Amino acid sequence: MSAHVDFGRRALVLRRGRIAVRLPFRPLVVCAVLAVAIAGMAVLALMTGSYQLTPGQVLSALTGRETGIVHDVVVDWRLPRVAAALVFGAALGVSGAIFQSLLRNPLAEPGVIGFSQGSYTGALIVILLVDGTYTQLVGGALLGGMATAVAVYVLAHRRGVQGFRLIVVGIGVSAMLESLNTWLIIKADLDEAMSAAAWGAGSLNGVSWDRVVIGGACIAVLLLLAGVANRPMRQMELGDDAAASHGIRVAPVRLGLILVGVALTATVTAASGPIAFISLVAPQIARRLARTAGITLAPAALVGALLCLASDHLAQHVAPTPLPVGVITVVLGGGYLAYLLFTEVRRRP
Amino acid sequence: MTTLTLRRDGPGAKTAPGPRRRLLGLVVALAALAALLVLSVMIGSTSIAPSAVWDALVRSSDGIDQFAVRDFRLPRTIVGLVVGVALGLSGALIQALTRNPLADPGVLGVHAGASFAVTVAVGLLGVREAQGYMWFAFAGALVVTLLVLALGSTRRGSSPVVMVLAGVCVGAVLGGAREALQLTDPDAFDMMRYWNAGSIVGRPLEVLWPILPFFAVAVILAFVVSGPLNALALGDEVAAAQGVGLARTRVLAVIALTLLAGGATAIAGPIAFVGLMVPHVARWIVGPDQRWIFAYSILLAPSLLLVSDILGRVVMRPSEIPVGVVTAFVGAPVLVALVRRRKASGL
Repeated sequence: MSAHVDFGRRALVLRRGRIAVRLPFRPLVVCAVLAVAIAGMAVLALMTGSYQLTPGQVLSALTGRETGIVHDVVVDWRLPRVAAALVFGAALGVSGAIFQSLLRNPLAEPGVIGFSQGSYTGALIVILLVDGTYTQLVGGALLGGMATAVAVYVLAHRRGVQGFRLIVVGIGVSAMLESLNTWLIIKADLDEAMSAAAWGAGSLNGVSWDRVVIGGACIAVLLLLAGVANRPMRQMELGDDAAASHGIRVAPVRLGLILVGVALTATVTAASGPIAFISLVAPQIARRLARTAGITLAPAALVGALLCLASDHLAQHVAPTPLPVGVITVVLGGGYLAYLLFTEVRRRP
Repeated sequence: MTTLTLRRDGPGAKTAPGPRRRLLGLVVALAALAALLVLSVMIGSTSIAPSAVWDALVRSSDGIDQFAVRDFRLPRTIVGLVVGVALGLSGALIQALTRNPLADPGVLGVHAGASFAVTVAVGLLGVREAQGYMWFAFAGALVVTLLVLALGSTRRGSSPVVMVLAGVCVGAVLGGAREALQLTDPDAFDMMRYWNAGSIVGRPLEVLWPILPFFAVAVILAFVVSGPLNALALGDEVAAAQGVGLARTRVLAVIALTLLAGGATAIAGPIAFVGLMVPHVARWIVGPDQRWIFAYSILLAPSLLLVSDILGRVVMRPSEIPVGVVTAFVGAPVLVALVRRRKASGL
């Protein structure tokens, strides 16, 4: 059958034998532009610092044509941080996209299922009560986050999990943990409370190559899984019944998607603390840039990466004192989405 | 044989009891609130007998108990009552306005605006008294909500979804700026961690009086728009066809809820969850009629706040837990139990 279906937008169709891929034009262009912007931003981030470099030096260091101090600065000092920002940002963007698609709510993010508050509670307990090492902190955060997510899922489970019930239970449990966190912060002494709050804001300080490699490997696997689940996820956006009638087993797919989304956030939290807001804002920005009807994974990942990288750059070099990246993410992402909303609203008749 | 009768066993039938049962429920809620008011004056780090409470209120006798009642317990209870009413009603308004059962006044940036303004007042301007930064909180809440409203509106009206997203964005930006200020200024951080918990302790009644006129206006506005909001629940087109002025209703509702939530936050700090949960519970009891939801919210919200405050005094006696920390611990299990029991209700 060779009839061309008019979808109302231009698309690129790649055909090879019986396999055809249809790529809508605008998202493709947006992704390409985002990739170029990310590359430019990465070079800028690798150049900037107390030891200033030129773009040429950065590029030759990356291709292995530099030795000595330039190589050390670029590859050993700055590259891990840039790579971390890119990988973690992309992971958060995809994680948010999964949750927003799954729950059909633009405010949904992994925090909905209680992971963020739970991991903060775990970390606070380790920092304030046990006074533990960084490894213990990460362990506490992951344990707290996972335990909360499981508790929310179990409490929301009653003859299957329904999106709305999951959200309400998540809100209730998150609110309880938030109260607990507030109280722990009040009870702690000031220095400890401040360092806990700084961890809670999310920071890429002290990210090393091994953390990036381990985190990146986990994230790569999870992104692959998310890509596989992309098609059933699209169908489930039409409603559970419609998806079921298309032959999708809704319950296991939903559980799998929740697990992938939470695992993505958990990996980032373990490596850098909970970087706020990227998972909420990146899918929304991506959707508005690509003008797609639903949430799309690839643009969300790229927007997340760019947002995280740019925020970290601002937090390190532009702010008067170095700040946790999460503080800037919120300002940059929130401000940009507000601007997009503003122009979108104005464009309407 | 088929008969044409109104089905009484549909999903909505059980959630909308008749007017008599609604009224009865209202009386029960009122009695519960009255009992809690009395308990709130009696219970604390030392329990005071009802007779001593009566003495303190009616006769001007002097004694340590009477002093505790008049200068501490009574103001605290009155502040709790007023703040509770404001939080509950503002929550009901925002949920009706946005048709989103997940919305609470914080969604429009009320807490973020108040919190940011107080941080600026404490951190940059060196304000230290509650009476001083209270007005910063109020002004911050009002300005930010108006900004959100402007961002989410077109010439032809406003879309609730865009408004909520705009509120989240503006809230996030201000939250980030606030956090940056706090993380670089230990003094401000120290002050703010207590303010952020939300508490009704140590607010003299003088803090309350200037806010009361705003609340009175807001409550009247809320009941004026309750009818049009009922029509709005059926969708913009249907409401317009029924002759409801969409823009006017939305603007009045936003003014009312901003005054209520902003005033409550100015007095007590950000107390989350009351405004979110109480309208939910009210809707489960009385069904979708906003007028009844408003009335029930006005009675149930201060009850939740007072129960939480009393528990906060008793659980770790003699030290206290701020009410903003307790509310979620009291309310969340109820919410979870309700959402598991009932068929989940939208708006």
